[in-house]
Amino acid sequence: MTNGLRDVAIVGVGATPYYRRGESAPQTNTELAGKAILAACEDAGISVKDIDGFAYYSGAGAGYGETMDTATFMETLGIPEVTFSAALTSGGGGSAGAIGLARAAIVSGDAKVVVTVMALQQEKQRLGSVFAAAAPSPLNSFLQPSGLSGPGHLMSVMARRHMHMYGTTRDAFAEIAISSRQNALNRPKAMQRKPMTKEDYFNARMIAEPLCLFDFCLETEGAVAVITMAADRAKDTKQKPVPVVAVAHGGTKDWGRAFGWFGMPDETFASSGHAPIAKRLYAQSGLTASDIDVALLYDHFTPMVVMQLEDYGFCAKGEGGAFVESGAIRYDGGSIPVNTHGGQLSEAYIIGMTHIKEAVEQMRGTAINQVKDAEFALATGGPAALPVSGLILGRDA
Amino acid sequence: MSDVIAGTIPGELITITTDGATEPFWQAAKEGRLVALACGDCGHFRMPPTPFCPECQSTEKSWVELSGRATVYSFAVVHGFPGLPDITLVPAVVNLPDAGEARLVTNVIGIDPADAKIGMELTVDFVEIADGWKLPVFRAV
Repeated sequence: MTNGLRDVAIVGVGATPYYRRGESAPQTNTELAGKAILAACEDAGISVKDIDGFAYYSGAGAGYGETMDTATFMETLGIPEVTFSAALTSGGGGSAGAIGLARAAIVSGDAKVVVTVMALQQEKQRLGSVFAAAAPSPLNSFLQPSGLSGPGHLMSVMARRHMHMYGTTRDAFAEIAISSRQNALNRPKAMQRKPMTKEDYFNARMIAEPLCLFDFCLETEGAVAVITMAADRAKDTKQKPVPVVAVAHGGTKDWGRAFGWFGMPDETFASSGHAPIAKRLYAQSGLTASDIDVALLYDHFTPMVVMQLEDYGFCAKGEGGAFVESGAIRYDGGSIPVNTHGGQLSEAYIIGMTHIKEAVEQMRGTAINQVKDAEFALATGGPAALPVSGLILGRDA
Repeated sequence: MSDVIAGTIPGELITITTDGATEPFWQAAKEGRLVALACGDCGHFRMPPTPFCPECQSTEKSWVELSGRATVYSFAVVHGFPGLPDITLVPAVVNLPDAGEARLVTNVIGIDPADAKIGMELTVDFVEIADGWKLPVFRAV
């Protein structure tokens, strides 16, 4: 039994308010990101001038088509010197893994105080039609003409295969939407705070069958920042440090570009691509799924929560539907509470960052929907083109 | 069950681009032939076409003309497309029985979307799209 990595810790988290699509203007991406970074510094009790590293994901993109730029942040926030600035490739799959990039900077000695930030505005390009808007590249010319115009449309094809292979029904997807909404009801910042009934779910507009409106995450705006430091230095910060117990990004060729190519073999087609990440996280930490007390699973679309529950070993492959329908993921009485913050389905979608924020709050013991005596929190990046990623946070010993 | 028949996005709105690896696929489609890329050295099929064979890293290419038969591996029934709120599409991922493990992402057309099924047998057809190209799509056998 190992104790996990524990050589770095998250010392600060900060967020802007969350906004509906188009409503964070006239603030800019840089302004939103800057507010989140300053809030994270305030939370940690450090000066923004202490930041010397930036570890992004999504290629340092800010949402869809916008970018985040280290030099611009230095100029406007007054950060004197940066010794590390890098990003994980691809998209939201890397959110949790960006903390591993921060760790790489710290453990290598390249940087001491590393910020991971994501800002998202959707005025120019909304998530929901992101694939229809892009000019088709030669590779995308084999995808885009089909009319699968957004990520949820693409994932509906995977959801249907899961239903076909394992007998999963829409009731499972409904339970994920309803459970997430239930967790958002008491959260002041949540964008959706009206209870959802099963009837509401089944009356919702079908967007890409088998998925309906409530299987899709929210199209929101805002920014979240997280500050990572070496564990020994973290003890001097304002909050109880939250140690990084395990973190990994990557994936295997058979998942590859995922719903960008649909060439996955039968065994992995209806999956989240996270099985290799789960294996590495559990090997790093000496933990198994049964040790995880709260799971913050990237929920861009409800079926991908089912498939992550399977890939992280909370239930057997193919049994995710029955597992969630048993009430297992409920905050109130479930064996593995999932997305206690309401997730991207009901709180806000900031491309995975809200999951990390909630994992930190759970491990500090300050979460609004605190899981009692929680010792380990899992946060994941989005099932999407590689890299995908995962992160296990622990409680300060 | 309904009187909706699945089609494609209007052809004039469908654009494609090509590169050295992909262009022969589209040139064949323009002539009404469905082809898939096999490695010129080891014969391994790969779609979409990419520069190297993932099995042996060869850049030798062999374009194989297919029977045009396919089987639905999975599909969606999509309601609406940006700018076309009333359109109904059946985008599908299909297996190609004479192209190894290679798949195509395409549309099943000419059916009531309620009749679409995994395992459904299909045959290729071609629709005209922008810039004089043709897009392979599939109909139920």
